[in-house]
Amino acid sequence: MAIADLANPTRFLKFANRTIPWLSGLTVIVFAYGIDQAMLAPDDYQQGATVKIMFLHVPSAWLGMLGWGLMSVAALGTLVWRHPLADVAAKAAAPIGAAFTLLCLVTGSLWGRPEWGTYWVWDARLTSELVLLLLYLGVIALWRTVEDPSRAARAAAILSLVGAIDLPIIKFSVDWWNTLHQGSSVFRVGGSTIDSSILIPLFIMAAAFTLLFFTLHLAAMRNEILRRRVRTLRLMQATAVS
Amino acid sequence: MNAVNHMGFIVASYATAIAVVGALVAWVTLDYRAQRVRLADLEMRGVTRRSTPAQSERTIEQAKEKA
Repeated sequence: MAIADLANPTRFLKFANRTIPWLSGLTVIVFAYGIDQAMLAPDDYQQGATVKIMFLHVPSAWLGMLGWGLMSVAALGTLVWRHPLADVAAKAAAPIGAAFTLLCLVTGSLWGRPEWGTYWVWDARLTSELVLLLLYLGVIALWRTVEDPSRAARAAAILSLVGAIDLPIIKFSVDWWNTLHQGSSVFRVGGSTIDSSILIPLFIMAAAFTLLFFTLHLAAMRNEILRRRVRTLRLMQATAVS
Repeated sequence: MNAVNHMGFIVASYATAIAVVGALVAWVTLDYRAQRVRLADLEMRGVTRRSTPAQSERTIEQAKEKA
């Protein structure tokens, strides 16, 4: 099946029905291996055992940003090409991205208490991440408030593109401002500063979380297509009755 | 750093992750079931899309083919 064929909702449903069970199985396997490796990883020389929280916190942070990035690309699909699957992809990504952003903030707080002595500080990284969560909640509220899906899609697409400005702010906040949050340590010029005994389990957990994200996204897109079919049929029924 | 001192924070983090992932999985699974039930209900009442034949029409067609 060509990728262009997936632009048709019926073909997309067939693809999703075939792919979701395999992706789910693969996600469980990679998670099992990742958690095993994370538990076997040595304590960090500075953070001690709390480094184990990083195996949840870092992938959640990446996926929170990936979710909004995906919504921004989908927003272009909505506004420029008016493609219905772009709306579906954006709407399905919002709750998943919000959940990962929330997980990032909670695990970050739980790591911060023993390491920094506080659950929260209004530093640029933490605040811009909180702004991302609020943006997610805003876009979810928008989808729920506007009844007509195509109108809601356009409004959500504009908010997604405006909100995308928060992504570089999150990424470079640790470089642009003095923050309590540490600087980049995984993807940085000159290579990662993390030892491979911790970096490898981190990448495996990141792969597991990414697989989970795409499995959930595919399933949520399938649900959204079905929801729109139900809506169309109900409108047809209402028209026939009147 | 004493691992025992910080065990509560580590356990709380993993418990939160399980709760969040569990909630997401439950959301997509229950939503899928709900949409399937709604579609089946509409099809049973004869409300179908013009591009796809109704379940009952399909059953009749299949019966005709077998005959």
